[in-house]
Amino acid sequence: MAQPVFEPWNDPNEKPLIQFKNVSKRFGDFTAIDDLTIDIFEREFFALLGPSGCGKTTMMRMLAGFETPSDGKIFLSGQDIAPVPPNRRAVNMMFQSYALFPHLSIWENIAFGLKREGMPRNQINARVEEMLRLTRLEKFARRKPHQISGGQRQRVALARSLAKAPKLLLLDEPLGALDRKLREETQFELMDIQEKTGTTFVIVTHDQEEAMTVASRVAVMDNGKVIQVATPADIYEAPNSVYVADFIGDVNLIEGTATATGEGTYALHWRDGVPPLTVTTPQSFSDGQRAHLAIRPEKISISAEKPAEAANAVMGKVLDIAYLGNISTYHVELPSGDIIKAQTANTRRISRRAYTWEDTVWLSWTATGGILLAD
Amino acid sequence: MRRFFLIAVPYAWLLALFLVPFLIVLKISLSDAAIALPPYVPQFEWSEGIRAFVSQLDLENFTWLIEDDLYWKAYLSSLQIAATSTVLTLMVGYPIAYGMARAPQEWRPTLMMLVILPFWTSFLIRVYAWKGILSNEGFLNQFLLWTGVISEPLQILNTTTAVYIGIVYTYLPFMILPIYAALERMDDSLNEAAEDLGCSRLSAFWLVTIPLSKGGIIAGCFLVFIPAMGEFVIPSLLGGSDTLMIGKVLWEEFFSNRDWPVASAVAVILLLILVVPIVLFQRNQQKEQEGET
Amino acid sequence: MKRLSAFNVVSLTLGFAFLYIPMLILILFSFNESKLVTVWAGFSTKWYGELMQNEAMLDAAWVTIKVAVMSSTIATVLGTMAAYVLVRSGRFLGRTLFSGMIYAPLVMPEVITGLSLLLLFIGIGLDRGVLTIVLAHTTFAMCYVSVVVSSRLATFDQSLEEAALDLGCSQAQAFRLVTLPIIAPAVVSGWLLAFTLSLDDLVIASFTTGPAATTLPIKIFSAVRLGVSPEINALSTLMIGVVTVGVICASLVSKRALVKQQKEEQQAVHAT
Repeated sequence: MAQPVFEPWNDPNEKPLIQFKNVSKRFGDFTAIDDLTIDIFEREFFALLGPSGCGKTTMMRMLAGFETPSDGKIFLSGQDIAPVPPNRRAVNMMFQSYALFPHLSIWENIAFGLKREGMPRNQINARVEEMLRLTRLEKFARRKPHQISGGQRQRVALARSLAKAPKLLLLDEPLGALDRKLREETQFELMDIQEKTGTTFVIVTHDQEEAMTVASRVAVMDNGKVIQVATPADIYEAPNSVYVADFIGDVNLIEGTATATGEGTYALHWRDGVPPLTVTTPQSFSDGQRAHLAIRPEKISISAEKPAEAANAVMGKVLDIAYLGNISTYHVELPSGDIIKAQTANTRRISRRAYTWEDTVWLSWTATGGILLAD
Repeated sequence: MRRFFLIAVPYAWLLALFLVPFLIVLKISLSDAAIALPPYVPQFEWSEGIRAFVSQLDLENFTWLIEDDLYWKAYLSSLQIAATSTVLTLMVGYPIAYGMARAPQEWRPTLMMLVILPFWTSFLIRVYAWKGILSNEGFLNQFLLWTGVISEPLQILNTTTAVYIGIVYTYLPFMILPIYAALERMDDSLNEAAEDLGCSRLSAFWLVTIPLSKGGIIAGCFLVFIPAMGEFVIPSLLGGSDTLMIGKVLWEEFFSNRDWPVASAVAVILLLILVVPIVLFQRNQQKEQEGET
Repeated sequence: MKRLSAFNVVSLTLGFAFLYIPMLILILFSFNESKLVTVWAGFSTKWYGELMQNEAMLDAAWVTIKVAVMSSTIATVLGTMAAYVLVRSGRFLGRTLFSGMIYAPLVMPEVITGLSLLLLFIGIGLDRGVLTIVLAHTTFAMCYVSVVVSSRLATFDQSLEEAALDLGCSQAQAFRLVTLPIIAPAVVSGWLLAFTLSLDDLVIASFTTGPAATTLPIKIFSAVRLGVSPEINALSTLMIGVVTVGVICASLVSKRALVKQQKEEQQAVHAT
């Protein structure tokens, strides 16, 4: 039985949980957030992705109540949250440093927020136990934060911020301090916990892989503006700008001028004396408009002979091979001096590799393999 | 050989000039006073051995200290003055340390320097400065008369109040610095986390900031309390004849009454009283250091 | 984001006013025409002139400086040795007693230290004067030096010394060529601390001095016991001035060094 697809952003009847309406935030002369409008829905796992200084942390701190917008309004369940101080918001935050209270035990850390609510003693006990179970920390309840490992601290921070059952949980680079292997495990754990508790998560990260793995939707930010909001697949396959294409994953960018050749088909003239490239795109370009063809390395196939039926084929010389185990990336230099990256899966043993340094090879891709982006 | 030399020289120096003198004090505190030079008669000779020492143990001077109520009153009042002024110093110092820790990063070295600067200037001069302020014709009285708060000058100089002011003033940097160090080390996101979890500003301060600066508070309090207990300069310059402090008593016993055995006994008891806070202080410092690593 | 609230501003302002107003008043009234130190009667530098004529005061100042230079220098040598022993020498017989004797003088009431040293000097028949004050000051100052230096040694990367040994230095050379240059700032501040403590000390000096040597604090103390005098204000102003200039210079020098280091690091980053 097919599960209904979770995509409330496509349903016009859904009310967003959080709405940013033309929000700006300035610190002196510096504009951290520039006229931002965005909707986040209930039960979403929403990722804010961008380089440091792009304003993603400021956005999160405005949701938590540690910053107030200079302009515009933020609504939580339809209510303006500007006058609500941080300690009265149904929003909790997991800090990048975890901010565990060093003088309190794990148990007391998790119970901290519940005690402030004035919850009866036995209910606090039950709730803390539940949180400890959820994050598999039962054994460490009596320890102090400095007596447990980094991964465990991360889970304590999560348990503490979830204990009050907030409408919205904010996670500021929650996995930044963990090593790679632990980070990957924890990503799945986070998704699992998000699903179990049904809480809306907003995560801030600069790690695109992390955003792609955990999020239902990703907002790519730069210089205080949101460049694109879409599902991870759309962000990767259909970036709306050169910036997004370049920021997420590996990409070849070929600059040229577009000329329409048919219904949604364009020819990209990119070097004198070489045949133009063919690309299909739903967007429309005027003749002679500057455009970039963005094509992922794994969409390019590599062969010794010129393939007969490829929409695009170029010849070049293998300059470098990056062997990554499961895949290899070939850096191929064209006669024009451009370098194009192509990726192949290593389905055979490396000793039987078909191409090696200095070999002349053909690179080819289909008309729909790449995407044409305006400047 | 080199290692032996390295250890032996400072070791021998401290033995000869710290431990031995102290044993002499102990010995003289058990001797009888005499009108001679030196003005005491040894009650026993070290050469006679431990047994002779124990059998001849003469606690006359200590009994004297207990019987004459001047001494235990002086101890009590020293304790009380030191304790009260420690609390006062904490109340003055904490807000300053807190303000410094919250000041913008680029101000902090300057603020730090402003706190340390008085520490480098002469203690005596800083106490002396208050004489001109607190006297009957002093600036404080002039100011209060001018504002009309009082109509008669207040007698502040030569009272215990002046001693409190003097101690708070001179020992303030000792209170500020450890508290500031503790507050500055504190991660600012801890306070935000507390607010995020439902604390008001004030309760976040009580539940997070105060407990986390506890080590600094304790260190600061001991750094004020211990030297204030044996203080001599402040009570003799700012205090009155009714301000009893044991440091002053010891000084007078020694220089005015020339009763060396009693002065020594006073010193021994003062040290016994101070052993408790000194040991507690050391423990706190050790705990702080372990907490950092 | 740190927020400096109104409360913080008020407490900082009042706090620093409390720390500095008494000294400012002192300085102001050293330039007072009148002998009364609480009534302003016009600007004058006559008290400085009188101070310069005061032979006894100048003698005392000279004795104090002599004592301070000698005791702080010996204390720096002994204190650095003691710090090295505490941090690097591992276990030896009586280590606990040794470290106890380093820390005890820091918390010992001055009256007791002074009394005990005086009784020692009388016991061994040493004439009291400059020598006995130097001995006394060295003893407590070396403990301060040792604390300052050992805290620097404790954070010092021992593999640097090992690298020097590995590259062919003897122990002594490793100390002279590697350890000493790195801990030098701590040694210098230890010396300055010892010097200031010696300049400042009244109680221990009063116990251990004889009629032959009077230090400045003893002189000031006997003068101010009687009351406030503009001459003492002038002297205090000079002393505060010297210390202030010294502290500001020291902090400027260290700040310049820091800025220079940061700039060089930045350049190094850009150069690659």
